[in-house]
Amino acid sequence: MFSFDFLFVQVLNGVGYGLLIFLLAAGLTLIFGMMDVINLAHGSFYMVGAYVGFSMVSRTHNFWLALVVAPIVVGAVGLVIETGLLRRLYRRVQLDQVILTFGLAYMATDIVKWIWGPDVRSIDPPAGMDGGTDVLGNFYPTYRLAVIGIGIVIALLLWFLQRRTRIGSIIRAGVADKEMVSGLGINVGLVFSGVFVFGAALAALSGVVAGPILGLYQGMDSDTLIIALIVVVVGGLGTLTGAFWGGLLIGIADTFGKVLIPEFSLFLTFAVMVVVLLVRPTGLFGRRLA
Amino acid sequence: MADAVQGSIGHLAEPTAPEAPVLEDIRKPWPARIRPGYLAILIVLLVFPFISTGYPLTVLTEVLIFGLFAMSLDVILGYAGMPSFGHAAFFGLGAYGTAVLAAKLGQSNLAVTLSVTLALTAVLALIIGALAIRTSGVYFLMITLAFAQMVYAAATKWTPLTGGSNGLPGVRRPTIFIPGIETTDPKAFYLFVVVVFALSFFVLHRLVNSPFGRSLVGIRENEVRMRAMGYGVQRYKLAAFVVGAMFGGVAGLLWATFNSFISPPDVYWTQSGTVLLMVLLGGSGTLVGPVLGAAFFQVLELVLSSKTEHWQIVLGAVFVIFIMFVRRGLMGIWAQFLSLRRGHA
Repeated sequence: MFSFDFLFVQVLNGVGYGLLIFLLAAGLTLIFGMMDVINLAHGSFYMVGAYVGFSMVSRTHNFWLALVVAPIVVGAVGLVIETGLLRRLYRRVQLDQVILTFGLAYMATDIVKWIWGPDVRSIDPPAGMDGGTDVLGNFYPTYRLAVIGIGIVIALLLWFLQRRTRIGSIIRAGVADKEMVSGLGINVGLVFSGVFVFGAALAALSGVVAGPILGLYQGMDSDTLIIALIVVVVGGLGTLTGAFWGGLLIGIADTFGKVLIPEFSLFLTFAVMVVVLLVRPTGLFGRRLA
Repeated sequence: MADAVQGSIGHLAEPTAPEAPVLEDIRKPWPARIRPGYLAILIVLLVFPFISTGYPLTVLTEVLIFGLFAMSLDVILGYAGMPSFGHAAFFGLGAYGTAVLAAKLGQSNLAVTLSVTLALTAVLALIIGALAIRTSGVYFLMITLAFAQMVYAAATKWTPLTGGSNGLPGVRRPTIFIPGIETTDPKAFYLFVVVVFALSFFVLHRLVNSPFGRSLVGIRENEVRMRAMGYGVQRYKLAAFVVGAMFGGVAGLLWATFNSFISPPDVYWTQSGTVLLMVLLGGSGTLVGPVLGAAFFQVLELVLSSKTEHWQIVLGAVFVIFIMFVRRGLMGIWAQFLSLRRGHA
């Protein structure tokens, strides 16, 4: 049972899934790090992105176009939410922001059901990627390999943005000390909007990428949100590095759990989280509490 | 609140100041002014089934069960200031515990189901609480959420015991050893719920106004100071968490027996979010507020779902508007109204 091929294929599956949830958790963790907001509508951004992508692909049969359009649409929605609603609540207690995004998530579930109906759907993988490829003697779906590729590319892009650009250094500084950054003459409000829109767009992107593998169904927003929250908690709130390693750890744990102990795979994910929190209450890469 | 404090300071300086009754209110654990009001409400609740039955009675039963659920969270959130996003875990454990006893073991004696519910929720709350109180704020929120999802996972996956995603039907109404009382009758079951609700309210009201309850408020307002004063802050927090959880479990017991059925959606994280919303809609840290919030939520949901297919959109929008524009919930509006009438505005 534990042959090399078996382990290899499962690790590939786990890495692919881990990178997908990294994309989700990245937006969530950035929004938290920047604005101290736990965005419970993050799963809804993912869901809406997936459904917009589904509509695009079924009309134009162009997956790559959907991959561009869905993040733009959802990013625009994010902009409206941040400037119209969330911005007014930054000075309030955190729970008010949590509840606001909970209310929005509530609405999103029903709006999506209204527009796209309750049926289970799936996005067709892009042309030429619906088959399989030989990887070290194993037949492996080409699209899943592409997902790993997309995930790695975006991870590198995010790393570059954060470490090597001016915007990245502003965001890192903002996570560390907002007052100081605004004292230096940087428009923090604009940075907040930017981070929120970017996070929303990233969630939408992962919705489209995940569409051909995980499918579109009612409740996908909640399921996704919970997984992303676990990744963020395991990795440490507000750190991209944490989201990356947390995503891979949870992705691989979940994949092996589903294969080896299908009845208890959900527990395995939570068990990983509990163990991490027992050892480090603020996550693997989180700053320690004062 | 600020008005009341100012009033009391004025009173201390001048014993004959007209603000004297305000100080009276603060000092008495159970304000004499309100007690007749509570009694009147209790009498109305007890008389209600003899005036109206059928649908309104069903609605009121639901309101009371969720009122108890919201009230139990208020001890944790409103008084001790711990933002628990996993309260559905205890609701679910109480519900499933009762359901398994009734459906699998044929045991529906109230004394047994209640003891089992209280014991189970207390143990689970001790475990979750001990881990969660090591953190605070958002981490507390996420850890409680994650644990509640574990309970949800157990409910969906432990099929032999819980019936999996199909749920567990055949949860019999509790038997109480008083001759002539049969809780299968909606009227009798409603009265049973009223009694449980009233007793719980009484206990919790005494609790939050006791020295213990005031210490919790102290921890909520300034934890560092309370620690410096020598309070075992962690023990207080854990105790509040366990007490809140146990009453949440009782609400779950009532819910499972009310529907004669329990299924995983009742334990899902959205249920934790809903009850949190009820507390905030009504006004946290007031005990009465969360009950109002629960009533508001349940009635609004019923009205909207009878009017439109897309009631969830409207309901969500109402929440958003409420959070944006109404501070401190329904009780906040009430307090503002009172202070306007007193001319303090």
